Amino acid sequence: MSQQGYVATPPYSQSQPGIGGFGPPNSSIHYGHYGDPNSSYSAPQPGVSKSTVPFGSPPPVGPPPPGAQQFSQTGFQNGSSTPGQQPHRFQSPPPPSNTGASYPPYSPQSQAAFPNTASASSPAQLADQLNSMQINSYGPGTAPSSCVSPGHPASFQGPRLPPPPTQQQMGLPPTPQLPPPPANSVNGLCAQPALPPMARQGGVPGPVPPNPNLQQLPGQPPGPGYHPQQANYGPQMAASQLSYPGAFPGGPAQLAGPPQKKLDPDSIPSPIQVIENDKAARGGQVYATNTRGQVPPLVTTNCVIQDQGHASPRYIRCTTYCFPVTSDMAKQARIPLAAVIQPFAAVPPNEAPLYLVNHGETGPIRCNRCKAYMCPFMQFIEGGRRYQCAFCNCINDVPPFFFQHLDHMGRRMDHYERPELSLGSYEYAATLDYCRDKKPPNPPAFIFMIDVSYRNIKSGLVKLICDELKTLLDKLPREEQEESSAIRVGFVTYNKVLHFFNVKSSLAQPQMMVVTDVAEVFVPLLDGFLVDFEESRLVVTNLLDQIPELFADTNESETIFAPVIQAGMEALKAAECAGKLFIFHSSLPTAEAPGKLKNRDDKKLLNTDKEKTLFQPQGNYEALAKDCVANGCCVNLFLFPNQYVDVASMGLVTMYTGGTLYKYNNFQLETDSPQFLSDLRKDIQKKMGFDATMRVRTSTGFRATDFFGAIYMNNTTDVEMAAVDCDKAVTVEFKHDDKLSEDTGALIQCAVLYTSMSGQRRIRIHNIGLNCSSQLADIYRTCETDALINFFAKSAFRAILNQPLKTVRDILMNQTAHMLACYKKSCASPAAVSQLILPDTMKVLPVYMNCLLKSCVLVSRPEIPTDERAFHRQVVMAMGVADTQLFFYPLLLPIHSLDLKSDAVPAAIRCSEERLSEGGAFLLANGLSMFLWLGTSVSPELIQGLFNVPSFAHISTEVTSLPDLDNPFSKKLKHILEQIQSQKPHTMKLMIVKQREQPEMLFRQFLVEDKSIYGEASYVDFLVCIHKEISQLLS
Amino acid sequence: MVVPLACLLTPLKERLDLPPVQYEPVLCSRPTCKAVLNPLCQVDYRAKLWACNFCFQRNQFPPAYAGISEVNQPAELMPQFSTIEYIVQRGPQTPLIFLYVVDTCLEEEDLQALKESLQMSLSLLPPDALVGLITFGRMVQVHELSCEGISKSYVFRGTKDLTAKQIQDMLGLSRPAVPMQQGRPLQTPEQPAISSRFLQPVHKIDMNLTDLLGELQRDPWPVTQGKRPLRSTGVALSIAVGLLEGTFPNTGARIMLFTGGPPTQGPGMVVGDELKTPIRSWHDIEKDNARFMKKATKHYETLANRSAANGHCIDIYACALDQTGLLEMKCCANLTGGHMVMGDSFNTSLFKQTFQRVFSKGYNGEFRMAFGANLDVKTSRELKIAGAIGPCISLNAKGPCVSENELGIGGTSQWKICSLDPSTTLAIYFEVVNQHNAPIPQGGRGAVQFVTQYQHSSTQRRIRVTTIARNWADAQTQLQHIEAAFDQEAAAVLMARLGVYRAESEEGPDVLRWLDRQLIRLCQKFGQYNKDDPNSFRLSESFSLYPQFIFHLRRSPFLQVFNNSPDESSYYRHHFARQDLTQSLIMIQPILYAYSFHGPPEPVLLDSSSILPDRILLMDTFFQIVIYLGETIAQWQKAGYQDMPEYENFKHLLQAPLDDAQEILQTRFPMPRYIHTEHGGSQARFLLSKVNPSQTHNNLYAWGQESGAPILTDDVSLQVFMDHLKKLAVSSAS
Repeated sequence: MSQQGYVATPPYSQSQPGIGGFGPPNSSIHYGHYGDPNSSYSAPQPGVSKSTVPFGSPPPVGPPPPGAQQFSQTGFQNGSSTPGQQPHRFQSPPPPSNTGASYPPYSPQSQAAFPNTASASSPAQLADQLNSMQINSYGPGTAPSSCVSPGHPASFQGPRLPPPPTQQQMGLPPTPQLPPPPANSVNGLCAQPALPPMARQGGVPGPVPPNPNLQQLPGQPPGPGYHPQQANYGPQMAASQLSYPGAFPGGPAQLAGPPQKKLDPDSIPSPIQVIENDKAARGGQVYATNTRGQVPPLVTTNCVIQDQGHASPRYIRCTTYCFPVTSDMAKQARIPLAAVIQPFAAVPPNEAPLYLVNHGETGPIRCNRCKAYMCPFMQFIEGGRRYQCAFCNCINDVPPFFFQHLDHMGRRMDHYERPELSLGSYEYAATLDYCRDKKPPNPPAFIFMIDVSYRNIKSGLVKLICDELKTLLDKLPREEQEESSAIRVGFVTYNKVLHFFNVKSSLAQPQMMVVTDVAEVFVPLLDGFLVDFEESRLVVTNLLDQIPELFADTNESETIFAPVIQAGMEALKAAECAGKLFIFHSSLPTAEAPGKLKNRDDKKLLNTDKEKTLFQPQGNYEALAKDCVANGCCVNLFLFPNQYVDVASMGLVTMYTGGTLYKYNNFQLETDSPQFLSDLRKDIQKKMGFDATMRVRTSTGFRATDFFGAIYMNNTTDVEMAAVDCDKAVTVEFKHDDKLSEDTGALIQCAVLYTSMSGQRRIRIHNIGLNCSSQLADIYRTCETDALINFFAKSAFRAILNQPLKTVRDILMNQTAHMLACYKKSCASPAAVSQLILPDTMKVLPVYMNCLLKSCVLVSRPEIPTDERAFHRQVVMAMGVADTQLFFYPLLLPIHSLDLKSDAVPAAIRCSEERLSEGGAFLLANGLSMFLWLGTSVSPELIQGLFNVPSFAHISTEVTSLPDLDNPFSKKLKHILEQIQSQKPHTMKLMIVKQREQPEMLFRQFLVEDKSIYGEASYVDFLVCIHKEISQLLS
Repeated sequence: MVVPLACLLTPLKERLDLPPVQYEPVLCSRPTCKAVLNPLCQVDYRAKLWACNFCFQRNQFPPAYAGISEVNQPAELMPQFSTIEYIVQRGPQTPLIFLYVVDTCLEEEDLQALKESLQMSLSLLPPDALVGLITFGRMVQVHELSCEGISKSYVFRGTKDLTAKQIQDMLGLSRPAVPMQQGRPLQTPEQPAISSRFLQPVHKIDMNLTDLLGELQRDPWPVTQGKRPLRSTGVALSIAVGLLEGTFPNTGARIMLFTGGPPTQGPGMVVGDELKTPIRSWHDIEKDNARFMKKATKHYETLANRSAANGHCIDIYACALDQTGLLEMKCCANLTGGHMVMGDSFNTSLFKQTFQRVFSKGYNGEFRMAFGANLDVKTSRELKIAGAIGPCISLNAKGPCVSENELGIGGTSQWKICSLDPSTTLAIYFEVVNQHNAPIPQGGRGAVQFVTQYQHSSTQRRIRVTTIARNWADAQTQLQHIEAAFDQEAAAVLMARLGVYRAESEEGPDVLRWLDRQLIRLCQKFGQYNKDDPNSFRLSESFSLYPQFIFHLRRSPFLQVFNNSPDESSYYRHHFARQDLTQSLIMIQPILYAYSFHGPPEPVLLDSSSILPDRILLMDTFFQIVIYLGETIAQWQKAGYQDMPEYENFKHLLQAPLDDAQEILQTRFPMPRYIHTEHGGSQARFLLSKVNPSQTHNNLYAWGQESGAPILTDDVSLQVFMDHLKKLAVSSAS
């Protein structure tokens, strides 16, 4: 046992409320001093002073408010350490007065700074510095700020310095002022002009940035929308639609006006910047969870987490770490109060695994009233003889065996010896009272159910699976301390009937039992169906050898589905164990049997009130799912469709039972098997808990009201999961019951009762304490956008089952606007109406929200297959924060400029077309797919290094993996691929995309900051739109 | 006549003197008659005409008979060929089918023994016969026999009643011959291809099947304490029937059910799985307390009828200490001509040898079994057919010669016997039509022709024709003729069959009363006596044994259910309804032989007075063979005299009944229970319950000069019975 958890790490007693003890250093220089706040305070950075001085504005000299610190740091970094890189990030917004007046200066500007081509001229640098300073300096006053564009004194007139430190301001046109087109022009302000349209019109000959889209455009009529946003930024779709190619000729009316300008993409908050900043500030450090309500590092930041009384952010992340004290406040802010709980999250080897507390016969110690488990929040009183429950305030007697004296601070002497008193997360060994029928559970079982219909045989899939299983079954997951896995395995094949196999070790050859009564399926055997692979190795291997041959000349193409699940479930039920089904299925189950599905994919339903029916299951799958959950049967579905298979229905059971859905469209053995096999391997070896029930308890004043995830709810409190693995997260929403107390905060205890892989019944407990505040600013300061997006995504994806898509989208928009408006109204110092003010913690909320709104689930386009949408919907429902972050804002890495010496993954760039370059190669990953985009003039060395072919033209886009080559390029890239892949539940299939070739279309969908090919708003568009909404709300 | 006019027909009686002829029979051309040319027909050799002796139609001989004359007669006209067998070429020859339906809810030992028996049986089957295997326990498995490398079976839930269509669908049998792929040949090989998955020629798969049987495991589903194993006999049989129905309708097939306990679930369940509720007894049935009986019986009846309609027979081999539900399942064997064997365990020689004997061969090396027989009875005008009792079902062939009064299975002149062996015997009942306007011509003869078409074990179709005629006699004036022609043995058996038949559906006491009344009336009619003077009562020679048969019949397990379980009763009745005269008589009145130093072995009276200390008795009740050592003999044996050379004669004496018993055992089907007991032994009850209790604890001292063995019973003895009979017969009251 590692001592880690017991080491009495002194808590950061100095931490001040609000700073949360993790106050980052002011400067990147001080990374190493993390955890020592004093140093960060004592060493004001030159940048800070510098920035404050010129503006001289009213910032107080005393210790800056916490948020400011954070800010100043980032700002400084921008300004000095990476000059010219992302200079415009904090560009101050234009004053409203600039509207209409600011475009004249544009033409020179257009030449000056271009996003990536920042020529680092000294004025530009200055501008950068100015920018940062401007932001850094804050003050309650509204000191007028100036636009940074060098050489444009005029631009200095208007902008104000944003008074509240933790916000970002951007001037956006007050919509009511002008009709859309003119409004556009206003957007530009300090930003670069919208180049493309200008170039197009021949107006600006200047250095045209590498903008392949533009050049490509004429040749690609079908590629709508991805060309630059020459159109209006107004939220009106009508306007933006004009930007489609078809509209070009007729466009002049629009374009005839003043030269188009756009918000400089670099001037708007960059998710990459935020991520990098956090990495810089907190990456690689130790994060100790010793304080209530502290905001953890971002999910994208790597750090070591030390459990000191609150659950690690790997297990629980909250949308905000400070709850409003009253529900009125909560309603005012409209920030969802939610926690994303990933109870079985994987923990890196350098962090301590969970301790198992075993109280023997007595079982866990629980509050008599609310049944909360013993945890660090419990208050011991009366010399240690009793304790007060932190959740319901009930006074309980301490059981004699558990008694311990208190020290002078009122803490138990054995505080650090007992995980349940000192740690945020730990496990209890459960007693028989916690078991089904009061019997100790049997070890779980895996049942492999292979569709052996004509297509799967023909495609070679069946053979692939069987061959793989032969070796894979040696790697079944097991408990850390055990030598072999306790998990038993069983095999079923099926087409329109089911074949069970008896693989008892004593048999000379396997026995096959055909069950044709699919209307009322049953398990034909008990003994010999579920076996220990070690014992039955010979028979099982024999069977796996034979299965492909047995059905080699099958011509059965119809399949069943519900009876398959039913059979698996019945088998587990008969064996009295929990378990997981691995179903490998390829087609719509049309055979006459329960759960028969018909093709109901009707594009006519899109954008109607009935669209939601496409996501609702057909038939009786819901009841089946319920049965499965009741019997601890988790269903993992591997789908190999080549047409519509009604994922919404077929995946339902998977979703409700905590299974994982994998989908391989048009599966080709050669290209897709690595992806599939990797998924299969990973899935089989996953650590998981079976037959789980989760209960979230809260301290008084609020309670968990809604749960989202791959779960099933029989009542309103118990979250049932047939199985839960390391990647599954449940998002829990909280609502106020009553007033919360700032003193006691808001405490959450999540207890998961489950059966371990070796068949032990355990309770895994995660505790987390949040602050409460009556200041809205505190709430905003502790928000976490990644968790918010996770919550929004899940709630929206569930809502589409019941509401029209448009309503769902509107709600999302509305709530985003509300949150931001509330901030502007009540937290930010008075600012011009036209300014878009974003709280620091929500800087990237708009871009993420836009990504969510653009996700294919929420977009009704006939081009998007219904199955794909259903699939994404389902996958997202189970995701944790890290997964949703990557999914909605893909990772885009430049790989032409790899630093071959370093091990690190290169810094990501923003998902926008403009960031690509002809001479570059870029890797994009979103957790489900991965692309390697190659510019037309990518260097031949790189091509040779990666593909072992002489030129761009020789690269085959058919391949899905890179050759293993012995050169630093290849090795490095492989390493990066591995790293990206390692944490993700789904294996991403690598697609090679060449610039200006057809598959590029697919790739472009993931450039989420741009206007999507279906015309969904670009980031900039969205900002404008949201700004307008906010303005409306505030006016 | 008091006793109905009837006969016992053994259609396939082995006749060494009767070589089959290789041509088609000549039929009467009248469509409603179609009687077969027989020695009783009048033949005009010159005109090449023959007159049907049933309908008097004059028929031309077929061209092949052009050469006939008084001296050149075809076999069927010769008087010694009143019974003749034709071998005809008709239809495709299909191999015999044997479908094993095996219960796996057995004790390990039993299952092992059964497996061995089954494996052994494979070597006894004709090599081209098709075999199939269904096993059942909680589930029913239909094994596919053509698989290499993996044994494959189709599994059915044991609780769900499936229609034939469903079964065939689920087994993939009902698929119409779809042209699957262009390369496939025509439809002809399609038919066997489908069924061949489950039914394969023995010679092809005997190794496979032997292995399969070898690997057969006990039903793996756990049976908790206090429960019976779940046994889906009903569904298993249903699937077996459905399988054959779909694949081989109207061919000779045997479904052989081996079961080791009562069906406990699904359709046809006889008892629940709770051990604390015992299986129904006669007592329960009388009290209408047998919950499942009616439903189960109905289920098996339906199956039996379906099976019979397709010409398939169902054998039941039930081996268990407790009842197995034969009462409910009996119709399966009864209606289809199948065997019913009851034993204590599959691991007994009783079962093993009986089962072997199913496949025994006759004198000419042919299997002693035939299939799909169609018995057609034709009568001359004065006779009508009232019915038949035996292992057959009605074919509902109405006609002028069918009587409206039914005795047994009536209302038809044709019956189907799905399976029969050389000893299968049917009782056929007639009615004399005594129309006022057309009196029976005196001196004429009534004729009956039995035409049995069947599938011989060699898969040939054969027709056996028996034609008989009897003189008419007037009941008023020529009673002595009738009396002289009375076959009291046959009459006893025929009456017994009627009685047993009625007992199946009526209350026991009613049947006994009916039997008594019949006997009294017979005595009144044929006895010679002075009214109201019992002592004057006499019966002629040809009637003398009849009352005694009836006495024993009344005591027999066929009519008395006391001390017998419903299963046993069903079992006994099943066999009684199909054995020939001799065997039937043994069943009614067991044979008792005595062995002693006083002389050669001799048959003795079935009477308690025959039980003497210095005698060895051998009793044959058909179902049991009891060897009983008298008190003294037993003591001698204990003293070991048989081992002393000087008492070798004692050794011989001990050996003699054993040898005789062995002889009986060799030929009897099913194997009788072999009981070797001695005076005072517990098994002696088998003997004591059969003998006429002439000495009981009630009258021992009154009679007691002889040293017989008193029987502790309240049953009346033959003497008392006769006294009463006489009294009633002479009574003027009735």
